[in-house]
Amino acid sequence: MLLEGRDITKAHGTGEGRVEVLRGVDLAMRPGESVALTGESGSGKSTLLHILAALEPADSGHVSLGGQDLGKLDDRGRAALRRRDIGLVFQQFNLIPSLSVADNLAFQARLAGRHEPHRIAALAERLGLTSTLSRYPEQLSGGQQQRVAIGRAIAARPRLLLADEPTGNLDEASADGVLELMRELVAETGAGFLMVTHSERLARRLDRRLRLHAGRLA
Amino acid sequence: MSGAGQSPPAPPSPTDALFRPVMAALLSYWLRQPLQLLTLVLGLALATALWSGVQAINAEARASYARAAAVLGQDQRDSLVPTVTGGGVDLTDFVRLRRAGWRVAPVIEGELPPDIGRLSVLGVDYLSLPPPDATAGEAQGVIPGEEAAPTYERAFAAPETLATLAPTARAALPPLAPSDMLPPGLLLTDISVAQRLLGRPGAIDRLIVLEPPAVWAPPLETLAPGLRRVAAGSALDGAQTGGVGRLADSFHLNLTAFGLLAFAVGLFIVHGAIGLAMEQRRGVFRTLRALGVPLATLIAALLVELLALALVAGLLGVAMGYGVAATLLPDVSATLEGLYGARIAGGLSFRPVWWLGGLAVALLGTLIAAAGALAQVVRLPVLAPARPRAWAMASRGGHRVQALAGLGLLAGAAATARWGAGVLAPLAGDQPGRLLAGFSLLAMLLLGAALLLPTLLGAGLSLGHRLTRWLAPGPLREWFWADTRQQLPGLSLALMALLLALAANIGVGTMVSSFRQTFTAYLDQRLAAELYVTARSDAEARAIAGWLAGRADAVLPLWRAEGRVATPAGPRAATIYGITDHATYRRNWPVLTALPDAWDRVADGTGAMVNEQLWRQDGIGPGDALNIGGAPLAVVGVYSDFGNLEGQVLISPPPLRARYPGAEGRRLVVRAPADAVAGLTARLRQRFALPPAALIDQAALKARSLRIFEQTFTVTAALNALTLSVAAFAIFTSLLTLSQMRLPQLAPVWAMGLTRRKLAMLELGRSVLLAVATFLLALPLGLLLAWVLLAVVNVAAFGWRLPMQLFPADWAILLALAVVAALLAAAIPVRRLARTPPTTFLQVFAHER
Repeated sequence: MLLEGRDITKAHGTGEGRVEVLRGVDLAMRPGESVALTGESGSGKSTLLHILAALEPADSGHVSLGGQDLGKLDDRGRAALRRRDIGLVFQQFNLIPSLSVADNLAFQARLAGRHEPHRIAALAERLGLTSTLSRYPEQLSGGQQQRVAIGRAIAARPRLLLADEPTGNLDEASADGVLELMRELVAETGAGFLMVTHSERLARRLDRRLRLHAGRLA
Repeated sequence: MSGAGQSPPAPPSPTDALFRPVMAALLSYWLRQPLQLLTLVLGLALATALWSGVQAINAEARASYARAAAVLGQDQRDSLVPTVTGGGVDLTDFVRLRRAGWRVAPVIEGELPPDIGRLSVLGVDYLSLPPPDATAGEAQGVIPGEEAAPTYERAFAAPETLATLAPTARAALPPLAPSDMLPPGLLLTDISVAQRLLGRPGAIDRLIVLEPPAVWAPPLETLAPGLRRVAAGSALDGAQTGGVGRLADSFHLNLTAFGLLAFAVGLFIVHGAIGLAMEQRRGVFRTLRALGVPLATLIAALLVELLALALVAGLLGVAMGYGVAATLLPDVSATLEGLYGARIAGGLSFRPVWWLGGLAVALLGTLIAAAGALAQVVRLPVLAPARPRAWAMASRGGHRVQALAGLGLLAGAAATARWGAGVLAPLAGDQPGRLLAGFSLLAMLLLGAALLLPTLLGAGLSLGHRLTRWLAPGPLREWFWADTRQQLPGLSLALMALLLALAANIGVGTMVSSFRQTFTAYLDQRLAAELYVTARSDAEARAIAGWLAGRADAVLPLWRAEGRVATPAGPRAATIYGITDHATYRRNWPVLTALPDAWDRVADGTGAMVNEQLWRQDGIGPGDALNIGGAPLAVVGVYSDFGNLEGQVLISPPPLRARYPGAEGRRLVVRAPADAVAGLTARLRQRFALPPAALIDQAALKARSLRIFEQTFTVTAALNALTLSVAAFAIFTSLLTLSQMRLPQLAPVWAMGLTRRKLAMLELGRSVLLAVATFLLALPLGLLLAWVLLAVVNVAAFGWRLPMQLFPADWAILLALAVVAALLAAAIPVRRLARTPPTTFLQVFAHER
């Protein structure tokens, strides 16, 4: 099993302001599998994604990636896991504005010690970014920026690609293109792919769909 | 492409493989923001420049003092000096000591007549105390061989001194030779040559003890009761040396305080620039952390980045500091020489002590300025909002904490003013303790007021907003006030810098102007006589007085003795003057406080006047009995005595001569019609062959005193101007960076029908408004600063207090300067705003989709 989560709980706030976001979530993913995580706003989708990405810890429960228990990792260990095994794609792209497209594409691969220039060049061509490599993020359209973010995540050869509303800022046609690209790339690398989305239409195009409702998987 | 299952396990990333891309990502920011980089580097460089410039001056001066103290090893040898000042060492005493086994060398000191050059002359016996080049490689005191014989005909001086000598001066002097071991302004020559140059044949001022006397040698008291032994290190000028050293130290302390203030103002710029850079990169930090960069790596990379920038800026600042020091050093040199008789070299050396210090301060300052921002990064959760919160839009709570800290510091300042000296004096010593209390008070006042500034300005702007709504409501006017208030957090650091610079200008300006006015009045009072004559001996003084009797309105002999007076803290060295009763003193003397019949009691020999140093530092005042020369005399008054550090007492000549039989009476105070002074001077010079320095007319002395005074404060004025420039630069950089973030706030107003030109003019008005408001707050702070300088620091350092006077015309000029600085600082950002293309405004809305 690539990813396994058991009885994950998470709450935000304290006292009367305490909100239980996740109330015992169980999930599992195999390598190469693509999964859509849907649910209404506030259902806990992003929180679950952050916990699976080792960005924040669960209050209780167990999460493991490739057999590694995330709960036993300290900050440095979690950082190393994100660097080497996880690719993240955000709704807001989160590119580094002062780096060129080429540098952004290569960035996580360099962090992970897996920088392969020819692979970056191939990815850029695949993503349709060859002509924009020397530009800066602010000079690109939203769709182009998201493709750079995907390329950055894939270039590091992650075992798991996590995407939080990656098409939320894109029109329908661009969104379809971006999703198709992600599917193809993860299929080529054999990575698992979990995508948080509001769109039922996009969710249907992945292998499996999980629906989060009131902090539990429905 | 291989799947995750087939890919080989990833080797752990070496640290540098992780560090390098992170560093590249951080540094790439500066390449995209060159203006911000320039701001940061220039801000730090300016701050370092002022600091290291002042330190360079101080280091140069201290090196000169050390050279002066070390001339012929005097800093390591005791001296024998006359117990009575002006008496000189009797030749028979010298011979008797040598015969009795005391290895002593005679010395004469003095100033050359001005027509030869402004040089001190030190005459030594070359046989027993060889000059610098003759002693190279030899033990001191060894008589050189024949080959060194020509040396004895030469005089030695520092190369820079020789370079400034006029040909006419060279003609009047013996053959000259350079010596790097001598301080500037000093001519070292054989004693016989020095006696001739100084016009004092056969005179000896003191004896240097070359070796401890033989055990069988009779004690000094038996051999030469008219001499006393002075410990090594205080030999150059007897009792005066300590005073000069302390005065000069105070001067350097003031310079250092100014340098520190300028550095603090510069740090506000650095703090602002670093804060902005951190804030704008919050999103990048979050992304880096999300992509797997450990917090420790991120912090280490940020530290490396900051220290690299600080190093570059520090080097630039040290180079600029060298320029500042080289420019100011001639003025400082003139000031120290004129005021304290301490000569320093006019040239500047690149001494490690200040340039390494400058670099260290730049690095340390950067870390201090960045500490808050780095702490924020440490606390930054991985999932912190990626959108940068508006720069420096500190929370309401943060402002409250800052204001409370400001209030706390002001309360601390009040407590220090009340009890500081009492607490610190027992710990650090009396004078250092009081000085420390004074400077602590200054620091707390300035920092406390700076921290309170945003809150006070915010309250003022709120009031303005309310008044506008009440008196002249209008959407644009109301928006202007509200928007100005919203800009306050982003500008607060620059405004704090401006507040400090303005307050320092007002404070120091008030002190200098008060000083100038009081000093001028004081000179008029103290220098009431038209002519002052110093004869070569008491007998000559009597002859001159006899000759003047029918030619001047009045001739008042002035007697003088160095002695000790008993104070509550113990015996204290003081100069005792015997003055001849005359209206000159009664009408003009600057008396601070006195008994009703004070002058009568001085005249009849039953009373004494003391200077304010004895009054303020030793608590001796009217009504006290003062033990002078072994017998008490009633203190009947206190007079002001600027520029003097020692105690001074005025009594009538008979009690002076009774207590000090060796008192000298070489001086005459001469009253004569002003138009007769020139003729009288010429005839006196001709009749008695008096050197020019022996006759000083009032006008020349006043002019000289005022020239020295003006020189002193040239340096202060220059540092004031530089500090204000740094503050103006701080405003400029803040406005410039803010202008880049202003578009989202201005775009809606523009869209609602305001022209770009109108918006630009409002921005300009905002800068002026904030500068004026800051000035209004700086005014009371500056006056408070002046009061501390005059009533606390000055009294602690020098023992005299100046009455504080107000100079509104100076404030008006400073206000105008502040407004001009604000307008200049706003000019580029405003011009940029006025020329912003409409498409740029539209992008704001596009990005908000």
